Amino acid sequence: MSAVDQTEEPVIRVRGLVNRFGAETVHDGLDLDVRRGEVLGIVGGSGSGKSVLLRTIVGLNRPFEGKIEVFGHDVLAMSDRQMRQLEKRWGVLFQDGALFSSLTVAQNIEVPIKEHFSIPLSLMDEISAVKVGMVGLPEDAGEKYPSQLSGGMRKRAGLARALALDPEIVFLDEPTAGLDPIAAGAFDELIRDLKASLGLTVFMVTHDLDSLFAICDRVAVLVDKKLRVGTLEQLLKDNHPWIYSYFHGPRGRAAQHSEADAVSKQGARSAAPV
Amino acid sequence: MATVAATLVEKEEPGGFVLAAAGEWLVATAAELDRRLRAVQVPSGKRVTLDLAEIDRLDTAGAWLLLRTEHDLTTRGNAVEIRNLRSNFVPLFEQVRTGGMVVPAPHPRPAHHTLAGFLAKIGEISLGLVARVYSLLSFFGVICITTARVLRRPRRLRITALVAQMEQAGVNAVPIVGLLSFLIGVVLAYQGADQLRRFGAEIYTVNLLGVGILRELGVLMAAIIIAGRSGSAFTAQIGTMRVNEEIDALRTIGLDPVEVLVIPRLFGLMLTLPMLTLCANLLGILGGALMAWATLGITPPQFTRQLQSALYPWTFWIGLVKAPFFAFIIALIGCYEGFQVSGSAESVGRLTTLAVVEAIFFVIVADAAFSIVFSVLGI
Repeated sequence: MSAVDQTEEPVIRVRGLVNRFGAETVHDGLDLDVRRGEVLGIVGGSGSGKSVLLRTIVGLNRPFEGKIEVFGHDVLAMSDRQMRQLEKRWGVLFQDGALFSSLTVAQNIEVPIKEHFSIPLSLMDEISAVKVGMVGLPEDAGEKYPSQLSGGMRKRAGLARALALDPEIVFLDEPTAGLDPIAAGAFDELIRDLKASLGLTVFMVTHDLDSLFAICDRVAVLVDKKLRVGTLEQLLKDNHPWIYSYFHGPRGRAAQHSEADAVSKQGARSAAPV
Repeated sequence: MATVAATLVEKEEPGGFVLAAAGEWLVATAAELDRRLRAVQVPSGKRVTLDLAEIDRLDTAGAWLLLRTEHDLTTRGNAVEIRNLRSNFVPLFEQVRTGGMVVPAPHPRPAHHTLAGFLAKIGEISLGLVARVYSLLSFFGVICITTARVLRRPRRLRITALVAQMEQAGVNAVPIVGLLSFLIGVVLAYQGADQLRRFGAEIYTVNLLGVGILRELGVLMAAIIIAGRSGSAFTAQIGTMRVNEEIDALRTIGLDPVEVLVIPRLFGLMLTLPMLTLCANLLGILGGALMAWATLGITPPQFTRQLQSALYPWTFWIGLVKAPFFAFIIALIGCYEGFQVSGSAESVGRLTTLAVVEAIFFVIVADAAFSIVFSVLGI
């Protein structure tokens, strides 16, 4: 976790974000900096607006107020053309993959490539096969349709599609939710390997304490409609009631212990409740 | 992307071949590089060096191209060495390499371009058709059994659901059914008057209208609109519930999905389609009457008198009696196709289309069958 450059301009900068749905305020003056090359975990109670934050940054939800910059460009003031250029530089993995159900996995991966570049079909098949291999799917998975895959495989396929254009940022919405502990551990390891080899910046919404301890450089906690950002050590000392019970509840303690005792990350995860 | 530069230089040196790659090896330049790499001619058995010192940027596509070249040259019997790979690209190289050096097989061509393939396709479609008829019949059987069970114990009939279905499929459809029937009446009167005027028999426009709408068009219009409106909704609702595993949830709670979902829809439609037919008949005749008044000067009292003389007592009932049967067909097919949904959201759309087409088809087939029966009975 050394690649984080503290001095550089943040890749994502959110200032004074306000999101409102009817009378309900979800975010109220929220600030966030995401640095290049880090894995940032977003945690918070159910319904606290973690996914809304992700959707707002990638432009799927227009905020009530606030400023969002990605790579120094104001996302909210962009023309469609600039937005398309920006979309080449990030990839999004939705909960449960959000694969196009009428296309095979290989075709799903080819959709963004086809959209942005003109590349011969044979090479496109090769690139999608490489991506299928990189996310740890078996060779024959490329020919299958999403409904023929298990939940964990769909997530991997979704990640392969998110990585199709070698993006600089990947947004992950609960990547390990619904996976068995071993698969979740393998997924964490995959994210870490890909980050190391591709220099990814990872924005990860998660409920999974083990993921936080295993791969996140910094953690942002959504409490009281704002974010509290810090390293795990800092947040463990935070005495906000929600944050305290999150990290010091039985599950939080178990995850900390297993991380401390871990000989290998894999072994740690199978001992911890998920 | 004209600004991105990637180059590949071939040199023959004393020690063997050198391929020097430089610039930005990215997905944006991959198409061009792919073409050039495939054009590289190296005689087998030579030493080949891939010199990567000048590569500035590299992504998965670029790494794949380099590794594929290495792989191809090795399998052709060359000794390949990769030189000067920058240390920050090493993890990416390893990632792509461990991902598997699999060159995907070209997609197999479908076999039905041959005669045997064509015949096989016909056989496949026929068998599929037989299987569908069989499963539709068994669904029909299930519905009959469930209906019998519900009728024996009427408390099992879900009144709230039934009334909700009657509102959705019936009451809410009144405006569209009424409007379209009114327009059909207008069109029919206009065309009929135009033709009959040549024989001086304009007054028989009323007979044409009365018999045409009451016997056939009213009920047919209502059934076709409802097939498009409610038949499709049934398939989409039940299909989405299948995708969300809601049907399975019903089963595990001990509820019978057919009883909960199909029976209220079936009964609701069978009760409301006759009423919609009545509404279609009324507005169709009204439209025709207004048109007859406007173009032929047939006043409403004249129209009523002529209409009474044109109709047998049963003309009205002949149209109406068909409505519950058509409703049964529409609900049966709509619900059946909903239960056929499996897995993906895409199949919901496909089966919804299929349900509407099949429902309209069978409604018209049934109408033809009724015509034959009535003509044999002489009414």
